Order: sequence, then structure tokens, then C-alpha cells
Amino acid sequence: MSNTHNIVRVSDVTKKFQLGKVAVEALKGINLEIAAGNYISIMGPSGSGKSTLFNMIGGLDKPTSGKVFIDEVDIAQLDAYELAWLRCRKIGYIFQTFNLIQVMTALENVTLPMTFAGMGNDAAVKKGIQLLDLVGLGDRFRHKPSELSGGQQQRVAVARALANDPSIILADEPTGNLDLSTGEEIIALLKELSRERSVTVISATHDFKMLNVSDQVVWIRDGRVDKIEDRDELSISLGKIGTKE
Amino acid sequence: MSSIEKDGVNRLVVLPFAKSVEISFKSIRVRFFRSLITTITLVLAVSFLSFVNVGTDIADGLLATGDINLRQALIRAGYDLEAQDTAVGSSPKQRWIIILSLLVCAVGIINAQLMAVTERFREIGTMKCLGALDRFVLRLFVLEAAMQGLAGASIGAVAGGFFSLVNALLSFGTVAVAALSWSDVALSVLYATLVGILLSLAGVLYPAIVAAKMQPVEAMRVEQ
Repeated sequence: MSNTHNIVRVSDVTKKFQLGKVAVEALKGINLEIAAGNYISIMGPSGSGKSTLFNMIGGLDKPTSGKVFIDEVDIAQLDAYELAWLRCRKIGYIFQTFNLIQVMTALENVTLPMTFAGMGNDAAVKKGIQLLDLVGLGDRFRHKPSELSGGQQQRVAVARALANDPSIILADEPTGNLDLSTGEEIIALLKELSRERSVTVISATHDFKMLNVSDQVVWIRDGRVDKIEDRDELSISLGKIGTKE
Repeated sequence: MSSIEKDGVNRLVVLPFAKSVEISFKSIRVRFFRSLITTITLVLAVSFLSFVNVGTDIADGLLATGDINLRQALIRAGYDLEAQDTAVGSSPKQRWIIILSLLVCAVGIINAQLMAVTERFREIGTMKCLGALDRFVLRLFVLEAAMQGLAGASIGAVAGGFFSLVNALLSFGTVAVAALSWSDVALSVLYATLVGILLSLAGVLYPAIVAAKMQPVEAMRVEQ
């Protein structure tokens, strides 16, 4: 019940997976509130339920119990059209494996969500080029993903995530497939965008480079929220990070 | 087009038809070899159908001349003609062979399209994350199949008809062409084309529904 606007609210979310005959509980009751405009990192070792939580927030998966609210709308209540609209307009996704559409050029990849959103072709192309300029690829818009380096592909993905001016950018291990310096560039880019466009960036990661730019870090362990640290508390616990993994 | 771009409708995700056609066409062009294999299956089956049907048209034309020698030539060529027959008609054996060839072709297309869907799991999942509806995915696959079907079936139908004519010229001489009803040939070729397009669409339906129903998170889970 705080005064700040919560863009995402996760309430008592659990998720069970049926793996053969064994039921695995990936999330064991998560409560989380994410304030608009922040840069959030969800940290945790592999298998901690981090990706599962991340998919719930993105409306890509449904919780077994509990509720996920985006902009105070319960996403379980949305039908297929509204969910598609939410994915198209409200959320921008960035993936570890970039997931650009290989048969389309960089520009076409960026304009596709705008087409889905009903934008006319000329306007979409204009905005697409602007966005590619913004991520530093203005001159490479005609290239196919296979002709771009990993870092460049991820930049295109960032531009694509921004296509419909979403309020949330969800980044799943955005630096996982990138080398150190390219990863840092992408992190800096995300941070800059979050600050300039007041987009909420939520990123699931175990890349400690992310910590420096995060306003808040949510530690997930064994399907539960281990702790939530704000930026100013972070420096204290940084020394312990090495022992965490 | 302009009606789609109206701002009035809120909370709506769209994919204009022209854009779907553009995406499907590019998709075929980029994956030309894979599309070619699917298409060739169709070309072969349709050209066989067209070959047989145009062959029947030619035989009917020859029979209609009433020339007893041509009638003998037809019987020598393998047509089962009774004394009172005025049209060749298709024998049950012939019909079965055609049905079998079309069946094999349909299975081949389903197989190729299922492979294509599997290859494109990630692409489909990504599109869904960007806001694509089930029916956008369905439409893209059906459009691709329709284009492949149209191309493959018309090439097959024309080729089959052509070879049938060449075959007749070699067996019966120019009288085969002279006695021929060209409108019947056109109908046969058209019929074969339509059957081919329908086959292509029927073959893509199940794979396309599989693709469209897929949850984005499943698509993302697939290892590349």
C-alpha cells in the first residue's frame, strides 16, 4: 500500500510442473511489488525458479495458484486477445538467445510489433530507423540477423523491445550469450533507456555486472524470495556475492 | 487498408492481409530449397493427375472421329473399349492409382510442413511474444501453403497436360491434336490445379494448427 505506483505485483504465486510422475514445485509462494520506472534485477542460481517467475511476470505462463497483476490488472482474467495486446503494447521482451526472426532484416524485426499494434507502414519504418539509431545500428538496418554480431543482434532486440513504447522491458539473461564488454554495453544501454524513457526494466540474470546499475535486486532461492535489496544496501553485501554462487 | 489503421479501436492486435502475404512470400523466398521440396512433391502428383486426365480427353477426341483404325489404335495403346463405348472414361484401376498418388503426396506435404513448423518453433514463439494471435500464425502458414500450392499445382498441371499431348502425338500422330477438344483439356488442367491447391492446403492444416496453438513459453524452451 505504498504511494509509488506498482507496475507489477505478484501475490502468493506458486507454480508446479509435472515432470513425468514427479511434481516439481518451482515457485513456492512469491510476493513481490515492483515500482514503475525502476531497474530491477532478479538474481538467483540456475534452477531457483527465476526464469519461471520471469515468465509469469511476462504473461508467458500461468501460475498454479496466486495472482500476477500488471498495472493492477490481473493477467489471469485476460482473454487471448487482451493478452496478445498486453505482450504487444505493454511489455517488451529481450531474450538470452536474442530471438530475432532470422528471415527478416533488422528493420523488419523492429517494425513487426508496430505492425501488430496497427501502425501504418511508413510510420513504422520511420520509427524503426529512429530506434535502430538509438541503439547505434542506424546504418545496418538492412542486414539480416545472421550478418550481425551477437552484441549487434541484442541491440536490435533492444530496439524491437522498445517498438511500441512499452512500460515494462523484460530481459531474460540479456548478457548470457555475450562476452564481457559487449554485455556491459547492453547493460549500459538498458540502464540509459530505463532512465531516459522511465521504462521499468526487469531482468533475470546471474550476471553480477547487472548489480551496479540495478535500483533493486530480488534474490530468488529455491522458489522463494530470499531477500530484496535496494541499491544503497547493495554495497554492503557485495563482498558476499562470490560465495553465493 | 486505411480502415485497419484507424486509431479508434483500442486493445486490438492486427496483421493486415497485405503484410501477411508479404511475410509469407519472403519466408518462402528465404527458405527456397525447403519450399522447393514441398512444391516438387505437389508438382509430381498433380502432373500425374493432369497427364491421365488430358490423356482421357485425347482418347475421347480420337473416339469421337468414329474412325475404326483409330479405335483399334486406342485398344492397342491399352484402353479397354467395348464395342458400344463412345467415351473412354476412367477405369477403377486408374482411379485407384490416382487416389493413391494424391494420398502419398498429401502425406509428403504434411511431413514437410511439420518439419517446417518444428524448425520455426522459436520464430513462432517470438512472434507470439511480440503480440501475434493464434490466427496470425495460422494465416501465415496457410498463405505460404496456398502460394506453394498455386505455383506447384499450375506447373504440375501444365507439365502433365503437355507431356500427355507429346505422348499422344508420338503414338497416334497429328490426328490426336486435330480431333482434340481444347476446352476439355483446359478443364482437365484447371481441375488438376484446383486439386493440387486443395491438397496443399489440406496438408498444411494440421501442422499450422499445431504451430498456432503453441504457447510462447514452450516455444522458447526449445533448445536451438
